[in-house]
Amino acid sequence: MDARRQNEPAPAPMNAKNRTTVERTSDREMVVTRTFNAPARLVFEAWTKPDLFRRWWVPKSAGVSLLACEMDVRVGGGYRLAFANGASKPMEFFGRYIEVTPHSRLVWTNDEGDEGGAVTTVTFEDKGGQTLLVLRDLYPSKEALDAGAGSLDAMPETLEQLDEVLTSGVGDPRERPSPGPR
Amino acid sequence: MVQFSKARLDVSFAALSDVTRRGVLEQLGRADASITALAAKFAMTLTGMKKHVGVLEQAGLVTTEKVGRVRTCRLGPRRLEEETAWIERFHQLWASRFDELDTVIDELKQKEMVHGRKKTE
Repeated sequence: MDARRQNEPAPAPMNAKNRTTVERTSDREMVVTRTFNAPARLVFEAWTKPDLFRRWWVPKSAGVSLLACEMDVRVGGGYRLAFANGASKPMEFFGRYIEVTPHSRLVWTNDEGDEGGAVTTVTFEDKGGQTLLVLRDLYPSKEALDAGAGSLDAMPETLEQLDEVLTSGVGDPRERPSPGPR
Repeated sequence: MVQFSKARLDVSFAALSDVTRRGVLEQLGRADASITALAAKFAMTLTGMKKHVGVLEQAGLVTTEKVGRVRTCRLGPRRLEEETAWIERFHQLWASRFDELDTVIDELKQKEMVHGRKKTE
């Protein structure tokens, strides 16, 4: 059909979403995997440029707004994300990058918690025009990982999605009024 | 395109959208019961109750086991394993993040294609 693309792997259909898997691999570790239909260098770019990162880290359905997104992506550099979620005080997430290998590996700390936080490792693996992304959250203890799920309560994301599922049911989501300013 | 976690949630919520099925879950929360007993309890036919239990079973909210001529129902893994719900929350968050990331990456790809063409022209 498209002669120019003969030598490339068949592109995935535009609307097919790749599957995200989440697995608890040990008492202390969570692993998330996903394939993206683009070379690793582009996926890496979307993880390391703040103006791109801020567009997807907080999903549209979350109904929260990102007040600040500062990222100094180099070894020892810091990051800080601040969200307004309707509470009086914005939620903050911050830490430091401890490994930055262009197009293949990012490691950062999560220092917002009281005790030692998780260390997040993201690897980007080129697979013939696609990228296999693996994200590992390694927590200092089982308790910290168990509590990590509790911190999701602070993300209105889950409830918002639940709401979406409950209200959409049959209809087209576009028919529903917008949830308000983000 | 329905994403994996939403599809699962849809099945669960569809299962929970019926008052009888919610009643069955409540009942099974107290004690396991046979389909016959549940049918009697909710004053419906055996066939009707089998259908309801089938929907709950599909959603993973109920499991059934046939011993002799009696099919016993009990609360299923979705109800008992908190772990599943817990993982599901992470899954939802990441799946929706990554769906948005797809959009960002598609744009980067488009930009690059335009650039690439300009270079070769």
